[in-house]
Amino acid sequence: MATFSVTRPRKSRVLTAVMALYLIYTLVPLVWLVINATKTQPTLFTTSGLAFGGPFALFDNIGETFTYDNGIFLRWLGNTLLYVVAGAGGATVLATAAGYGLAKYRFPGRRAVFAVVLGAVAVPGTALAVPTFLMFSELGLTNTPLAIIIPSLISPFGLYLIWVYAADAIPDELLEAARIDGAGEIRIFLTVTLRQLAPGIVTVALFTVVSTWNNYFLPLIMLSEPKWYPLTVGLNQWSAQASGAGAQPVYHLVLTGSLLTIVPLVIAFLLMQRYWQSGLSAGSVKQ
Amino acid sequence: MSRIHRRVKAAVAVAVALAAALAVGCSSGTDGPAAGSQDSVDAALKAGGTITYWSWTPSAKDQVAAFEKEFPNVKVNYVNAGTNKEQYTKLQNAIKAGSGAPDVAQIEYYALPQFALTESLANLDQYGFGAFEKDYAPSTWSSVRVNNGLYGLPQDSGPMALFYNKEVFDAHGIAVPKTWDEYVAAAKKLHTADPGKYLTSDTGDPGFATSMIWQAGGKPFAADGRNVKVDLADPGTKKWTATWNQLVEGKLLAPIKEWSDDWFRALGDGTIASLVTGAWMPGNFKSSVPGGAGKWAVAPMPTYDGQPVTAENGGSTQSVLKQSGNPALAAAFVRWLNHGNGVKPFIASGGFPATTADLNSPAFLDQADPYFGGQKINQVLNDASKNVAKGWSYLPYQTYANSVFSDTVGKAYLGGTSLDAGLNAWQQAIVDYGNQQGFTVSAG
Repeated sequence: MATFSVTRPRKSRVLTAVMALYLIYTLVPLVWLVINATKTQPTLFTTSGLAFGGPFALFDNIGETFTYDNGIFLRWLGNTLLYVVAGAGGATVLATAAGYGLAKYRFPGRRAVFAVVLGAVAVPGTALAVPTFLMFSELGLTNTPLAIIIPSLISPFGLYLIWVYAADAIPDELLEAARIDGAGEIRIFLTVTLRQLAPGIVTVALFTVVSTWNNYFLPLIMLSEPKWYPLTVGLNQWSAQASGAGAQPVYHLVLTGSLLTIVPLVIAFLLMQRYWQSGLSAGSVKQ
Repeated sequence: MSRIHRRVKAAVAVAVALAAALAVGCSSGTDGPAAGSQDSVDAALKAGGTITYWSWTPSAKDQVAAFEKEFPNVKVNYVNAGTNKEQYTKLQNAIKAGSGAPDVAQIEYYALPQFALTESLANLDQYGFGAFEKDYAPSTWSSVRVNNGLYGLPQDSGPMALFYNKEVFDAHGIAVPKTWDEYVAAAKKLHTADPGKYLTSDTGDPGFATSMIWQAGGKPFAADGRNVKVDLADPGTKKWTATWNQLVEGKLLAPIKEWSDDWFRALGDGTIASLVTGAWMPGNFKSSVPGGAGKWAVAPMPTYDGQPVTAENGGSTQSVLKQSGNPALAAAFVRWLNHGNGVKPFIASGGFPATTADLNSPAFLDQADPYFGGQKINQVLNDASKNVAKGWSYLPYQTYANSVFSDTVGKAYLGGTSLDAGLNAWQQAIVDYGNQQGFTVSAG
């Protein structure tokens, strides 16, 4: 019989195999994407999907992606950035302020707000898309960037996260000390609270950035003019033009565009993850 | 002071708008067949203006440019609002919201009844477009006539034919099947000889299934106002399932999703050796199946008794939306698009026209297609357009029905079980949804 300890845990072959399979399952689509983004439109259909083949056309494809259809891809990239900065940025600010307020101030109706927020977490955004559309149509805001930015400002999950985080990470004593020193509530929020909440804010920012970046259904419903499309809807339009009479397939550009679309997200994760990790174990005051 | 002034101005504006609306309403009449002259359309074209046009046809951009060149006082704001279902969702939302719809939209024949019956489209009979009937193939014309209204002019048609890979057929000694029995036999022969090859692919496409039922003489859908009849077990439907079940249950269909890159690859390398589809397919072969050049050929669609009969698969029209602020100008654009100089750029882009003059022109018929080894494929496809079975109609909510096809009939495809059970489940879903939407739906 083999002996095992905490420092040398027993290796489970089954578990290793399962995890290896899972790893492959997760990585294959990414590998497929990278490989196929290097192919030209004709070789895409004549070579195997998981092997390089034909001329290496990645850089040509990138160039063509940015110039195809009068450079609309760049416009979509700009739109996506706008929606992310205004929508996800705004959502993070709102969630931070509201979450902190709900965690640290006592006022009537707090429990009701709690119930509403929890309920809102449970409703998927897609279910609200059509009612939201009808509302925005009344306001005359459909087919404008505001139709994407305003609904993106609401992040019940982010609010909940900050709320829970603030309840633990910010001791009441700290706020009391600040008040005794004569700081106003706004000043406390800006100088004391924000720093304490930084890891939570980064987490919420990551979530909202990812969900706004990947948002598909809302812009699909709200926008009808390609000039306001984000990347997700625009790329789908490129993909859809491959079927029907007189089709113009540009699958190679769809793939290259998809690859380019995930790059900023990967960078955002790499940059923010150290704040995120350190935040999970951070405390503020030794008790 | 200024506020009051503004209010007076607004009131005057409203009154003027109302008066104008009344005047327009009186002079042109709305749906009455007595009106029906193209004068108002010609006048609108002369007056000019701006209209918005939603379409995903690749030729749309060229067509709009050509139109604006011919009529410089008309500005057409062309928008690609998404391909088929996506665009319909947007149209539906805009109609529900009461604003935001374009003046002219591309709509496929299967979705047209849905928009026509909800009174979202202008009846083009009021402009006298009914006179164009003789210029179109009867099957496409009947596609734009819904409940005696005319809701568009046909842009293209999709009479079905058999596209087959000659190289694979020759290598395995398979003759081009003329009947469905021969087709099933060929499917068995090919797959037995080379298990990596399939005669065709079908993973459950509602458009294909309804077209096949259409060819077999089935008439599963009938609508009369709000009354709808559904019978997905009628003799024609049974005739189709009796044939297609052999392929589904025998696992003789390539398990490759249509329109995927795998599918295009399989069409190019011989994994899928034939396709029964609409006449618009050649353009897709040329753009997406480069490996198949010189190998593919076109033959008439197989039939049950050897007598030539086909169905339509796909095809679109352009319709004028009721929301349009300038319906006469919108109608003028539609007329130019599908009954005027707009047809040429469409054919040039590889589209299969609906106008008989273009279909029967020697230039079109005698064109030898290098992709198909120099075959004059338009002769086969034109014959197909003359042999479309009559009397077919789609549901007034076909886009919904199609969206639940894979949840119901798709299971039969997935499990290799009888299609009849799947069609039965589909019928149930169609009946339930229709009744929820305020139709009176009866199952046959």
